[in-house]
Amino acid sequence: MSVLVYVEQAEGKFKKSVFEAVSYAKAIADQQSTNLTAISIGDVAEGELKELGKYGASKVLNVSTDQLKTFVNQAYASVIAAAAEKEGANIVVLSNSFSGKGLAPRIAVKLKAGLADGAVELPKTDGGKFEVKKTAFSGKAFAITELTSANKVIALNPNAFGVKESAADAAIENFAADVKQSDLATVIKDIVRATDKISLPDAELVVSAGRGLKGPENWGMIEELANLLGAATACSKPVSDADWRPHSEHVGQTGIAISPNLYIAIGISGAIQHLAGVSSSKVIVVINKDSEAPFFKVADYGIVGDAFEVVPKLIEALKAHKA
Amino acid sequence: MKILVCISNVPDTTTKITFTNDNTEFNTAGVQYIVNPYDEIALSRAIELTEGGKGTVTVINVGEAATDPTIRKALAIGADDAVRVNAVPRDAYFVAKQIAEYAKDKDFNIILTGRESIDYNGNQVAAMVGEFLDIPSISIIKKLDVDGDSATLEREIEGGKEVVTVNGKFVASCAEGVAEPKIPNMRGIMSARTKPLNVIEAVAIEEVTKVAKYETPAPRGTVKLIPADAAEQLIDLLHSEAKVI
Repeated sequence: MSVLVYVEQAEGKFKKSVFEAVSYAKAIADQQSTNLTAISIGDVAEGELKELGKYGASKVLNVSTDQLKTFVNQAYASVIAAAAEKEGANIVVLSNSFSGKGLAPRIAVKLKAGLADGAVELPKTDGGKFEVKKTAFSGKAFAITELTSANKVIALNPNAFGVKESAADAAIENFAADVKQSDLATVIKDIVRATDKISLPDAELVVSAGRGLKGPENWGMIEELANLLGAATACSKPVSDADWRPHSEHVGQTGIAISPNLYIAIGISGAIQHLAGVSSSKVIVVINKDSEAPFFKVADYGIVGDAFEVVPKLIEALKAHKA
Repeated sequence: MKILVCISNVPDTTTKITFTNDNTEFNTAGVQYIVNPYDEIALSRAIELTEGGKGTVTVINVGEAATDPTIRKALAIGADDAVRVNAVPRDAYFVAKQIAEYAKDKDFNIILTGRESIDYNGNQVAAMVGEFLDIPSISIIKKLDVDGDSATLEREIEGGKEVVTVNGKFVASCAEGVAEPKIPNMRGIMSARTKPLNVIEAVAIEEVTKVAKYETPAPRGTVKLIPADAAEQLIDLLHSEAKVI
């Protein structure tokens, strides 16, 4: 019995959310009094693989065959499940990223495993049970889900657990994976990544704006504030519906759910659907000229005022703070 | 072209979520149910792809008879026929198995779902169906174009997108951008009453998860208001008190 964590690489590097998943998997391995093995697929340099030891992986399986250089959902799932079987791992942990969301269900079916995706806490193992707290009803609730199968798969939400160092020296092994041709039916034609922007799902700080901004031409100050903070930008549903901003920025019940350390909502009234997607943010700041806006009820800090006056002040204050 | 669209019956997005029976069951009292909004996007794209005699769209739901109005809504939007697997949708694993069992000998070219259901937020069914059927699955797509036996999809990734092509059968879960949700017109609503809705029984499968309990988020403290003319104080508070910047 052991724990296996899949470490997703992007252009040969691991992101913070990966180290977080490793930290989380290490804590589960400790709970189970066993070791943590990581599996990496794609081109990752040895130095980067070694980094995984810092967060508790004692072994790293490295898969770097040509066929698997780029992400193929089906084939990656097969390789991870094969590694779990070979290692005798009955718990597989992944980051609940876009790719993780495609992989975890396939791995679960292969291993006949219960899957908890969107996990936000360490499992509770009282009385021989294995219960995972996960988000449900788009952030309006949590479901304590018992994984009743022998094998278990957990996909951890970004920013839910934090990165925790624990000294282990990671031994790196090459892992030979047999891939059947039918697992390679999808082909990536192009990858478009906005390199100058912070990706929203795993951002620690988020600046979000709504209809109160009046039009897409007014987003300059939102972007400036976000840049100064090192934050990702987001928006409300009416804004993405009106094409002022791309759909990928829409947070809320029918957009994406996020849980950053800081969420600044500017000119967003706080409809129940929007709150659902952001209510697990650790600190919420609301700036709105309507003191009756429902968003103030869930805010930690609030400013009742016109965004066009308040935001430039914040930008100045932030510049002074940084200087 | 034959497309199967998987439909979830979920509480309306304005629903205030509460639980009963010592927080072990969702409180359905007074709740309005809708077609899961993402499934509606998937259905709308399926209808666009098959319009003008180019194919047919079947919707499938795993649920009890109470979900029939939601299935009729999907038929009103434009699906040709519907199947309901008569069972409580226990978890994604169970639901995906039922869909795969139904689909395995039906020769669907494409199986679509929404990116997730807005109740359990699983995001699991599409990829699980793909695995049960041993065909490719592409999760969280923003665009879907079909050209004969080959399809081009855009998949969301952190900070960008990936363009993927696939030949042959596949499953995909749809997010915003794939299509504008279609609104049923009067003709659709009238014809939905007479379109076929077949009810089939579920197959047995091992239990792998169960919900032990629900929790609602802890209430937040009261908001600390900062005067608009002293907005700069916010930066200090975020730095020294909240310690997030």
